[in-house]
Amino acid sequence: MRRPTEDAPWLRALLIGLAVLVAVLVFLAPLAIVFVEALRRGVQPALAALADPDAMAAVRLTLLVAAISVPVNAVGGVAAAWAVAKHDFPGKRLLVVLIELPFSVSPVISGLVYVLLFGAQGYLGPWLREHDIQIIFALPGLVLATVFVTFPFVARTLIPLMQEQGREEEEAAATLGAGGLVTLWRVTLPNVKWALLAGVLLCNARAMGEFGAVSVVSGHVRGQTNTMPLHVEILYNEYMFVGAFAVAALLALLGLLTLGAKALLEWLTARPLRGVA
Amino acid sequence: MAGRALPGFGLSIGVTLAWLGLIVLIPLAALALKPWELGAAGIWAVLTQERVAAALRLSFGAALLAALASLPVGLLLAWVITRYRFAGRKLLDALVDLPFALPTAVAGLALTALFATNGWFGEPLAAWFGWRIAYTPAGVAVALFFVALPFVVRTVEPVLRDLAADAEEAAATLGATRAQTVLRVILPALAPALLTGFGLGFARAVGEYGSVIFIAGNMPMVSEIAPLLIVVQLEQFNYAAAAAIGLAMLLLSFALLLALAGLRLALRRNAA
Repeated sequence: MRRPTEDAPWLRALLIGLAVLVAVLVFLAPLAIVFVEALRRGVQPALAALADPDAMAAVRLTLLVAAISVPVNAVGGVAAAWAVAKHDFPGKRLLVVLIELPFSVSPVISGLVYVLLFGAQGYLGPWLREHDIQIIFALPGLVLATVFVTFPFVARTLIPLMQEQGREEEEAAATLGAGGLVTLWRVTLPNVKWALLAGVLLCNARAMGEFGAVSVVSGHVRGQTNTMPLHVEILYNEYMFVGAFAVAALLALLGLLTLGAKALLEWLTARPLRGVA
Repeated sequence: MAGRALPGFGLSIGVTLAWLGLIVLIPLAALALKPWELGAAGIWAVLTQERVAAALRLSFGAALLAALASLPVGLLLAWVITRYRFAGRKLLDALVDLPFALPTAVAGLALTALFATNGWFGEPLAAWFGWRIAYTPAGVAVALFFVALPFVVRTVEPVLRDLAADAEEAAATLGATRAQTVLRVILPALAPALLTGFGLGFARAVGEYGSVIFIAGNMPMVSEIAPLLIVVQLEQFNYAAAAAIGLAMLLLSFALLLALAGLRLALRRNAA
């Protein structure tokens, strides 16, 4: 007999069917159409669009921006997690809220704030022009906007895990005379290495895929300040649909790889890691 | 209480505060200051321009609608993922994260292709119901639904999993029908998580840009979202006006999130 807390078989089948339908329509169809559109005229045109010099320049720039932004947030995130999880101080709650703040800020606003500081009519604009330093419409602006939108990833994956693990091992290390950095490197980080890797991967995926924030600070100069997502937009607006979807497919693959890696790390650590956003 | 303090606090908090201050706090302070160059009257004039007011209405309205629609659909997905065992459950679970992992420009392109009049969804919707989704405000809501849905699933899921089976069993033993148990026991227990998921989904949706601008068509007064208007103002070097719109968006969505937090607190008090 069916237990009273179980749903009737017909209801179960109905709900599973509905959920699968939702998943196919909402999640699978958008993913599928990216690849279908990219390969609409065959593999050759799609590959040619990726081999285009402007596309290659966009790939290089995206890799460069991520290579600078991700380590900044990894170091900041580890420092923040170590301070929050292993020490007591007033204002800790507020600090955690502030670290998560960038996730509730629109990507466009995340770019806007740097234009207000460093743009031609921004607070530091005149000084920067005098000293011939360009931040907005150049690499530094792209990096700053990317660091902002990916800011919380590493910290928020590490903080709950490091809090759970307590402080006993660190206290033992301290009793044996180890300093802060040695304790962090030898004791704490080995305990959280998979979560750290997951945080870095999620941070990297968002850094490479970010659109709104970098769009505001980029200036959209082809071959110079165009990242991959911005290149997708340019191609699309020029009706180069195969090219736009080919670059988009490459970005979608990056997203899928990241999801796969996250699933693998969750399996390795046997715990759900906090979601992407 | 833990033993004596661990070493390394000064260095780690120093790095943290420098990182937070330089990247987040100082730039956000610039956003809070810049609009006042226009004066209070000037800010009001910017925000009450017809085009700006229409964009703010669309962004907040579509985000609320999308977050609302995410509640039943998200609950369905969370229920099926946590309560049933079937082939493909893991895959279904993984697919829910897709909107998180897909870059927003890619999602925008994909949704536009799906809902265009010759697209997989757009063509039948136009032929059967005469609905046009792409390049209309409905397209904005559809894109925001895609963005908001995973937040509801992922906040409800852990609560649903941990919901004590004994409460359900007790209700059933006391003669409650399954429907009564779901309505009187399970849904109230999920309410705080549903509110949280709603808030997270809304907060993300209201500021969303990349997923929306391709499908929206961006017609002023009709399908133009507030973040796009910030970009337009910046292109005309109206920094203060752009900042005014940005600040208004942030404050409005924080006010809504605060109200949700208050509601959640009231729910918890009622339950206790």
